[in-house]
Parts: sequence; structure tokens; C-alpha cells
Amino acid sequence: MVDIQEISPRAGDVMLMVGTTKGAFFFRARLTRGRWERGGPHFAGHAVYAMAYDGRAGRRRVWAAPESSHWGSLMRSSDDFGRTWSGGDEATVRFPEDTGKSLQRIWSIAGRDDDPQRMYCGVEPAALFESRDAGSTWSLVRGLFDHPHRPRWEPGGGGLCLHTVLPHPTDPNKIHVAISTAGVYRTLDGGATWRTAHRGVRAEFLPDKHPEFGQCVHKIVRHRDRPQVMFLQNHWGLYRSDDEGESWADVAHDVPSDFGLAMAVHPHDPETVYIVPLESDQFRCTPEGRLRVYRTQDGARSWEPLTRGLPQKDAFETVLRDALCTDRMPQAGVYFGTRSGKVFASTNGGDRWRLVADGLPPVLCVRAAVLASSRRPRA
Amino acid sequence: MRVTFILPGPLHPVAGGREAVAVEAAAARLGDALTALWAVHPALRDRVMTEEGRLRPHVNVFVGRDSVRYTGGLDTPLADGAEIAILPAVSGG
Repeated sequence: MVDIQEISPRAGDVMLMVGTTKGAFFFRARLTRGRWERGGPHFAGHAVYAMAYDGRAGRRRVWAAPESSHWGSLMRSSDDFGRTWSGGDEATVRFPEDTGKSLQRIWSIAGRDDDPQRMYCGVEPAALFESRDAGSTWSLVRGLFDHPHRPRWEPGGGGLCLHTVLPHPTDPNKIHVAISTAGVYRTLDGGATWRTAHRGVRAEFLPDKHPEFGQCVHKIVRHRDRPQVMFLQNHWGLYRSDDEGESWADVAHDVPSDFGLAMAVHPHDPETVYIVPLESDQFRCTPEGRLRVYRTQDGARSWEPLTRGLPQKDAFETVLRDALCTDRMPQAGVYFGTRSGKVFASTNGGDRWRLVADGLPPVLCVRAAVLASSRRPRA
Repeated sequence: MRVTFILPGPLHPVAGGREAVAVEAAAARLGDALTALWAVHPALRDRVMTEEGRLRPHVNVFVGRDSVRYTGGLDTPLADGAEIAILPAVSGG
């Protein structure tokens, strides 16, 4: 019997949600983020590729998408930090019968900042689902599913996944999604129609380096205060767009490799972005056995390695696409987890790192939340 | 026709805590018996079947000692009183 450790976060606490191949863990800390209390494992034995925190409309709701290789994937939520979970009965995220598709994996969960009832999840096989009731029910976004490119999208190493959903922070009609291996698609009409948004992004692994679609985009990020600027970690290549993804310019300078999976933007500075370069697609480990986060503070004109507190010898680590994130504390926290089961935290924007956890199952995703005071949720 | 499903431990929570569920099937096929099972415990369906109506790839169903993968799948014939075991396959990591 798995012993599940419970936590009771309080207002002002910082909480990490860590999804692994064998369950979900919470880590709670006070404002200083000096000592972390572990909770979990929840959904022991299940892979948890996606987690999210919904603090909108007075909620304190954790979302997780546990996946059993035997029994399938479910969207689960908890309003008491894992003491109880809803969503354990019938699947709420499911393909309509006429699509001829079955849900393989839930890759991402995102809420709209401008509409506390609206949520999205990206899944495998690549598709987008939308909820208009804060996650109680979900429906397939047909406009993207019916896109003429979809039958020719190809799976990447992680499967054919829609792994990133970026709703525009203020315009409810705009959404960007990233799909491996298809590229970036965006809608300007709330999901009815979609078109590609990856001009300039190379497909190094295809004879045609700039195909209409088929780019293997690993992650896209942007800052809520400057949504027209976006950054992209590609399957080979780092890119910046100044026109909401219409066109992209290569910004891979001063990095040991432009291959990588994870990318995160600073919560307060749109010019600051974090990545963890990996050696290559053939050897997806940190180059030279050194675990280095790279940071730009000038909008990707230059990148610097962040190493203080991180192992710089015999550290052949892998940080997956959703295992790097930031919090919204005034002194920004940056967090990441590795496939070797380590979680690191920095409470000063990446200048110095501390080990939060070691010996976890392989880390799939890390998400951070700063807990507001509890109010009765509207839904 | 009455048949009995034997459920593995991970499915007990979505079957009211029960290890075995007896159902009256409308016809003598596995698919009909499963439909009767979903009527009693709807959440079992998503655990055992995909949205496309197929048995999940890592779920095995046995009628008596025979895997239905080799006896006709959902069309496997059933006899009155049959015991149907749903089991997780030996898979994972």
C-alpha cells in the first residue's frame, strides 16, 4: 500500500506540482522557499504528463492528468491539495465517436486569464479540447481537428502530441498551439479556423527545411505583458518572433547546443527566458556532463550559463519539455526536474540553485503556484 | 443469460468496491455482456475500452481460461453462467 503524504498549504505559500512517470508529487514552501515539504505520491503508478493550478475566481484547484498504461487517461482535479480528487469515474476528455480516435495522453492543461471558466487541454493524438465550465466538461475543438493538414501530421519521439497551448492573455479569439510534429498553429477566431505560424522555423530532419508544416516545435512561450513577442525551442533551433508567431528569427547564440525541449519565460521580465540545452537528438543529455540552465536577459541576443548549485561533472541529465517553469513571486523562482528524478529550485531568477528533491521517478512536468488566500470558488 | 465478471483490484473503486459483478446479458456475445456491465458501472467502460469501442491494448479479457483475443474479441460467444475475467496485461515499466 502506497503511503500518501498530505500537505496543507497556506495563503502565501509556494507550491510545486511535479508530475512523474509514477505519480504526482507536491512540494510546499513558505515565502522564502528555503525548506520544501513533500506531498504525495498521488496516482501512484500512473504517468502524469500534465499538471496545472487554477487560482482564478477564488479557486485553489490543482489539475492533474494521470495516465495508466492499462486503464487510460483521466482529467482529475482537487480543491484540497490532493486529499480528495474528482473526475475518477467516466472520462471527461474523450474523442467523439465519429472521429475514429481514442485519447492516448493529456499533454497540457491551460486556463484563460481573461475568462475564469475557460480552459484548454492539448492531447495525443494531436488535438485541442476546450472547457467553458472550468473543466467540468470538455469538447473537441473541431476547427483544428478538421484542419486539412491533420491527416499528414507525423508523430515525433514522444508521439503525435499537442503539447503546448498559449491562450492570448487578453484577446479571447487568439490561441497558439504547438504540435510535435506539425509546428505552430494559431487561431484568430476562437478556434473556428487555424493556420500555421512557424515561418522561418527549420525542419532540420526533412529534405525540405522549410515545409508548409511538419516542424518539430518542442516548446513556445511568451510573456503575458508582451504577447506579441514569442520564443520557441525547436528540435534544433532557438527562435524569437516579434509578430505573434507570424515569422521567426534564429537566436541561438552562445549556447552549447540549440537542441532542447524545455523553455520558460521570466514572470516579470519579458526579455528573460530560460532553456536547458541538450547535446543532440541522438544524445538527449546535458552537454559535457554539465547541468546548465541558460538564460537570456536581453530578449535572446545573448545567452549565459547558470551553474551555481548545479552539478558540473558527470551530470548527463535530461529536462523534458514541461519540466521547467517559473513562479510569480517578486523575487522570481525558477524550477526544473530531470529524468533522473531530481528537482532544482532557484529563488533569485536562476543565479543560484538548490536541490529540492532527489530520487523521484523520472520527472515529466513541473508547475509552480503562489497560493492566494482561500475564497469560496464560483465553480 | 447470466454471466459474472471478475474484476482486478485497480477497478474495484469504480465498481462500487466489488470484485465480481453478475449481469444479465441480452445476447450470448461478450460485447453484449460488457454493455450490460457498463449499465451497472458506467465508469468501467472507459477503463476497459477506447472511445473507438475496442478493448484497450493492455487489458486482457478471458472467458474461462481463454483470451478473447483468440476467440473472436467482442464477438466471443458466451455460455450461460460464464465467468469473464478482466485483467491488466503484463506490461509497463
